[in-house]
Amino acid sequence: MSKYSEKNIKAYGNNFTTMTPGPVAKFLRTCVIYQFIRFIVINLKMLVVVKKSH
Amino acid sequence: MARLVVLGGGVSGHTAATFAAKWLGSSHEVVVVTPNAKWNWIPSNIWVGVGLMSKEEVTFDLASVYAKAGITYKQAKAVSINPEGGSSSDKPFVSIEYTLESREGDVEDVEYDYLINATGPKLNFAATPGLGDENGLGEHTVSVCTADHAVHASQELKKCIQKMKNGERQKFLIGTGHGLCTCQGAAFEYIFNIEHELKKAGVRDMADIKWISNESFLGDFGVGGLHMKAMGFAVSSRIFAESLFAERDVDWIIGAHVSKVEAGSVDYELLDGSVGKESFDFSMLIPPFAGVGIKAYSKDGEDITAELFAPNGFIKVDANYSAGAYENWKASDWPATYQNPTYTNIFACGIAFAPPHPISKPMSSPSGTPINPTPPRTGMPSGIMGKTVAHSICDRILKGEDAPLHRASMAEMGAACVASAGKGIFDGTAAAMTIYPVVPDFDKYPGTGRDTDYTFGEIGLAGHWIKHILHHLFMYKAQLKPGWTLIPE
Repeated sequence: MSKYSEKNIKAYGNNFTTMTPGPVAKFLRTCVIYQFIRFIVINLKMLVVVKKSH
Repeated sequence: MARLVVLGGGVSGHTAATFAAKWLGSSHEVVVVTPNAKWNWIPSNIWVGVGLMSKEEVTFDLASVYAKAGITYKQAKAVSINPEGGSSSDKPFVSIEYTLESREGDVEDVEYDYLINATGPKLNFAATPGLGDENGLGEHTVSVCTADHAVHASQELKKCIQKMKNGERQKFLIGTGHGLCTCQGAAFEYIFNIEHELKKAGVRDMADIKWISNESFLGDFGVGGLHMKAMGFAVSSRIFAESLFAERDVDWIIGAHVSKVEAGSVDYELLDGSVGKESFDFSMLIPPFAGVGIKAYSKDGEDITAELFAPNGFIKVDANYSAGAYENWKASDWPATYQNPTYTNIFACGIAFAPPHPISKPMSSPSGTPINPTPPRTGMPSGIMGKTVAHSICDRILKGEDAPLHRASMAEMGAACVASAGKGIFDGTAAAMTIYPVVPDFDKYPGTGRDTDYTFGEIGLAGHWIKHILHHLFMYKAQLKPGWTLIPE
């Protein structure tokens, strides 16, 4: 029986060679504390890109 | 008193007009000619297309905003440009035809000192048989290109969800409707919003969802893909995109030119020359873009459209249109000032300027059908271009005709984009990405063509929050509310 993160992989199908997120990666995507930190980081990165573009 | 005429009131034209009006003040005139009564924050049409937002939340009336800004607003479409004037005057002018209900069909010649063409695209549904009627509300497919289209898409989606609740399995086909489409990002965002909404509705197991696109690899996005740093690797957007598709059980067909759309099916040709047919119950296929079809005439009435516009209907600017084969392409081919080389008081920005060549590597099937994304010029770059062009023109009006032009090459600017999947604050996931520069510069950044310190992407709730903020900030900014100039394009 395949693990949750691998359940959609089909042998030698289109998605056979890609990566899928494990439970930690999926948890972090919706972890409010971690995402708040990422929100700050991403915003700062985006502001740098915006500044470099003007 | 100088008069600046801006054709188009979308992201680029609206940005250009509003900044020009602010910088020029009341001693000069800014005129906006746009066939639409409302401004539309197009990125949020995706949420309208799945029923998470109403049309009213992504649009507002232009008339009151332009009245407040001191901009002369003509609800009309441009028909032709006479850059040398006409028989009675040397003053250049544009011929416009009103779309305002009370004046529908009236024509007028509007003289200008400077002209910005920011018309955006014609949604060329006709390029693919069966893709849509002239309004874009296809018989067989839906679209999210305008707020009205997105409302229609949402209604059709609801019907499908109801069918699935009644036990009827449904097949969704989302992507691009022609081999030369752009805006893959919008379709990408829409497919994952649909997947998310089906999950929320409890009918995901009744749906087969498939992507069809002209990209040669998933994650090309019309910019030849990108590399972002993750876990110590420079990871291709192909891995990033394929991972999303695999995780959400969405299958894909890539390198596809959709050649015909019929009720419940599309015919397509692939890059390897094979052909196929794909069935669907619900399909959203982005149409290809073309110029809006403005003609140009010389002083003696000769048709000079081919001189002013490229064959695809977009206006020629300071790009290198003779780069030729892919091997010769340089970042410096891309325009920086958006000034027409022949008529120096004409500028173009946003989708309206003719790009020198695609950003993605050009490809075609063995039968010669070109299948590659055309370059995106929407969103953040189009706003920056609009502001830059307005800056150049205002300088020339206020400081003299020799004032240097401002620059904003897509090969020197970055872009931030957020693709949501869902709209909730605590559910769903969104991909937040930046890309720098938009057009890869392989001389400056050998290999990936981009600076991987400023090109990144990640998935999570933070992207959702940013998308919400962007929606409200840009709706606020476009309505010229207090402090609007502090919000970057």
